[in-house]
Amino acid sequence: MNPALSLRKFVLGTGLVVLLLLPILATVAGDPYLITLFSRILIYALAAVSLDLIIGYGGMVSLGHAAFVGIGAYVVGILAFHMQDGSALASWPFELQSSNAVLVVWPAAILISASMAALIGAVSLRTRGMQFIMITLAFAQMLFYLAVSLEVYGGDDGISLWSRNELPLIDLGDDRAFYYICLICLLIFLYLSDRLVFSRFGRVVRGAKVNELRMQSLGFPTYRYKLVCFSIAGAGAGLAGVLMANQSEFVSPSLLHWTHSGELIVMVLLGGMGTLIGPVLGAAAMLLMEEVLSAYTEHWMVFLGPFLIFVVLFAKRGIYGWLSGTGVESE
Amino acid sequence: MLTLQGVEAFYGSSQVLFGVDLQLEAGSVTTLLGRNGMGKTSVVRAIMGILPVHAGVIRFAGREIQLMPSYSIARLGIGMVPEGRQIFPNLTLRENLLAAAANYSGSSEPYDLDHVLTIFPKLGDRLSHFGNQLSGGEQQMLAVARALMINPRVLILDEATEGLAPLIRAEIWRGLNILKQKGQTILVIDKNLDVLLRIADHHHIIENGRVVWSGSSARLAADDALQERYLGV
Repeated sequence: MNPALSLRKFVLGTGLVVLLLLPILATVAGDPYLITLFSRILIYALAAVSLDLIIGYGGMVSLGHAAFVGIGAYVVGILAFHMQDGSALASWPFELQSSNAVLVVWPAAILISASMAALIGAVSLRTRGMQFIMITLAFAQMLFYLAVSLEVYGGDDGISLWSRNELPLIDLGDDRAFYYICLICLLIFLYLSDRLVFSRFGRVVRGAKVNELRMQSLGFPTYRYKLVCFSIAGAGAGLAGVLMANQSEFVSPSLLHWTHSGELIVMVLLGGMGTLIGPVLGAAAMLLMEEVLSAYTEHWMVFLGPFLIFVVLFAKRGIYGWLSGTGVESE
Repeated sequence: MLTLQGVEAFYGSSQVLFGVDLQLEAGSVTTLLGRNGMGKTSVVRAIMGILPVHAGVIRFAGREIQLMPSYSIARLGIGMVPEGRQIFPNLTLRENLLAAAANYSGSSEPYDLDHVLTIFPKLGDRLSHFGNQLSGGEQQMLAVARALMINPRVLILDEATEGLAPLIRAEIWRGLNILKQKGQTILVIDKNLDVLLRIADHHHIIENGRVVWSGSSARLAADDALQERYLGV
């Protein structure tokens, strides 16, 4: 067997076993905080993987991805607010009551995030390069200030949730159960993303990344393909936002801020762009560094900077490329 | 099958095509000849909807296509092998071919992966290699094979053998001969006049953005003065 391939399988297999056993290991070690920390890593990994779909495979460098994370989180927060308040979510043209059920709230949040991504993408994808970066940033900042201005929903202070969403038979209030839900969400999204990237749709998006005109000359309306890809990434980010809101039981405008988008980009770059697994490693590396280094100094980013430079200069395709010996795709 | 009438086009404020008239018959191999910078590639780009047409009409299969987007033109059945190959370096050879797979001509025996590999068997050994891991010749064969994968009614080759070693060039011409025998309509832009005189049925010579001569292989072969004046042969 190809040594690089077997190393890759070893890395993936070991990582999966560790993630599956983590709640047990944390309980045995008497450190339940690890469950919370790794839940957070899984959620950020989900957001970073969704960003990798558009940056790594589609060449769409968005500086507004956190907006979709924030939208997903705010759907959870707003519905929770109305549940706590006892007020209707809408009273016209018909009365719409709020819900706290996972089966209602989560699909709604994902759908709204994907729809907003489609709307923003429809405009943004008419530009490219620096213009695309700036227009996605502008949309995200518009949504950030919209969230700040929503005084009924806490404005700058955000919304505190009384409890996590409710799922039949499973108590999401239990951190271990919630951890496994996060893991399942990430694995499903990774699987679907992998299928997508290597499907005909994915080939068109990947081809358009390097030569859009050529792909059009082969009969593909690349704008539509990229828009669908952008919307799927928005849906993934929305799901990450749903999980973030549930984990912290708090939603605030900072989730939509452009610096949050920047963090997601760093995770993708650190882990390995265009690899899907890389962003998971990038999210883990960044959050673990934050966790460890912030115990010593609040300026932990000072250490992240040189590490990022080292990875970009010496590790082809980020941490993933370094661990597996190669990348999955030759650029 | 494909007709250009009075086509004019600009790059910015510079006019490059000055009323180009050109016709392609179904099942024929037609060439567009001329020295560098005379507008050959601009004609192809205008046909494919890449270069906007300011005046004139391009008709294909009974439809005016000069205002259509590039992907719609391709879907009507015009396949192009562009100058400089332009294969997708981040896709494997197999993915390059499968990404393009379609049957825009509605052929009852469409080209598929296996079929194009019989025309360019050398590609069969390199299916899992990425585009940027292929030699120039392999990239060129891939570019032709990829254009065939859309099953075009008209195949346009723009400088398909430029910069290739003679053996590889011969491989490309061999592939084109197979296509010709199958009745594929082809428009070729190339500088290898000797081969083109053998393969092609009709020729158009373009000079300063205008078609200045059209005729058969026999007429072109017999006119040394014409070749010297417009082709520098």
